[in-house]
Amino acid sequence: MNAGPTGATALRVLRQLRRDPRTVALIVVVPCVLIFLVDQLFVDQPQVFQQVGVPLLGLFPLISMFLVTSITMLRERTGGTLERLLTLPLAKLDILLGYAIAFAAFATLQAVVVSLVGFGLLDLEVVNPTVLVIALAVANAILGMALGLFLSAFARTEFQAVQFMPAFILPQILLCGLLVPRDEMAEWLQVVSALMPFTYAYDALSRAADDPTLGARFWFDVVVVAGVTLAALALGAATLRRRTP
Amino acid sequence: MNSMATISIEDLSVVRGGREVLHRLDLEIEPGSVTGLLGPSGSGKSTLIRAIVGVQIVARGRVTVLGLAAGSAALRRRVGYVTQAPAVYDDLTIRENLEYFARIVGVGHDRVEAVIDRVGLRGQRDQVAATGSGGERARLSLATALLHEPEVLVLDEPTVGLDPVLRRDLWAFFRELADGGSTLLVSSHVMDEAALCQQLILIRDGDVLAVETPDELREQTGERDLDAAFLHLIEGHA
Repeated sequence: MNAGPTGATALRVLRQLRRDPRTVALIVVVPCVLIFLVDQLFVDQPQVFQQVGVPLLGLFPLISMFLVTSITMLRERTGGTLERLLTLPLAKLDILLGYAIAFAAFATLQAVVVSLVGFGLLDLEVVNPTVLVIALAVANAILGMALGLFLSAFARTEFQAVQFMPAFILPQILLCGLLVPRDEMAEWLQVVSALMPFTYAYDALSRAADDPTLGARFWFDVVVVAGVTLAALALGAATLRRRTP
Repeated sequence: MNSMATISIEDLSVVRGGREVLHRLDLEIEPGSVTGLLGPSGSGKSTLIRAIVGVQIVARGRVTVLGLAAGSAALRRRVGYVTQAPAVYDDLTIRENLEYFARIVGVGHDRVEAVIDRVGLRGQRDQVAATGSGGERARLSLATALLHEPEVLVLDEPTVGLDPVLRRDLWAFFRELADGGSTLLVSSHVMDEAALCQQLILIRDGDVLAVETPDELREQTGERDLDAAFLHLIEGHA
């Protein structure tokens, strides 16, 4: 591999992950266990499992990569390596793309393993090709990475970064439509929900699972996820300052 | 202004946390020398170094390195910066750290091997950085800055916490680099290291107290010991 600073950064991030096999195992195994638990929870109502299984499968990478990126990036900021990097001949885009490539690769592994469990062992079914679900899961992972990268600028310690999880992720899980369909929510909650990227990530997954035509709304969801990813990356790039006070 | 100076600082002020920490400094650093930047803790050494490598937001003044504005993109291949705390990836091995920085600055595998030998880390190269001693991590951090053979090497307290043998070896190495034509600026708060510099910049509370050679400092203050000479200067300005 010889793709200059972007490739080098991706390789470096993957090597760092490899050095922490416990985290890798947790990221890959925990979603499998959770999806199995959901399957068992609704063992008498398989249609519920069909409904929530695919969105869960596709949202795990978003959550994992959000957490991993915010911590890794925070370490770069507080450990001095980011300042060092920014004095070297490396573009901010190299850092962002390097992270994106590494986490997309890792998220693909995660999504494939969880899909094997979901579709292979637990009889989860989708009307569209399963590869579409995996593609959405990877796109969600990159969204999670972009959000984590941006939000890491607002945490001073790893404790704070971890707290972004309940503060930032949990409300979105509650309101995205997974627990209660959006049109059954109070109107103001629907408005809040419409402002949250998870809502679109969830909706796309849910349509990939049971809408064979996919339809315009699916593509709108995809465009929103991609748009929020790009916006978060741009904001994240703005927090990578070569000069600091 | 002398256009031959490698680093030239004009009227530099820096404000951090609402407080002015450098007060309108003027300085010049000659090419091919080891210049010591000395002063007590909190005197502004790190801030001055950050301004020279172009990572510090400055309130006024101008810093030029090799004739270019500090922090210019063109300088990123020509200046090496060693931060006070080792800026290395603790979860990578020494070799992996160096391979990463080597690919960023665009040098090959042979340079990685050369700097590993240069800083004496051959035996530890496959060890994860976090498990290394303070001295090993400091040497790794130094090694990453040597990869691209910078014309200007700026080091912020590189010998803090190192044993005397290692400190002596590092200073001999700095001298060797300068003899090879590089320009080095090394900050320290240990005065016995000052004797090893060709030129000294003494700063205190954000002001330059003196710029001279170790011999000039001894002569001017009438003290043989540099520690005593520095104290003499500080008290003279108190």
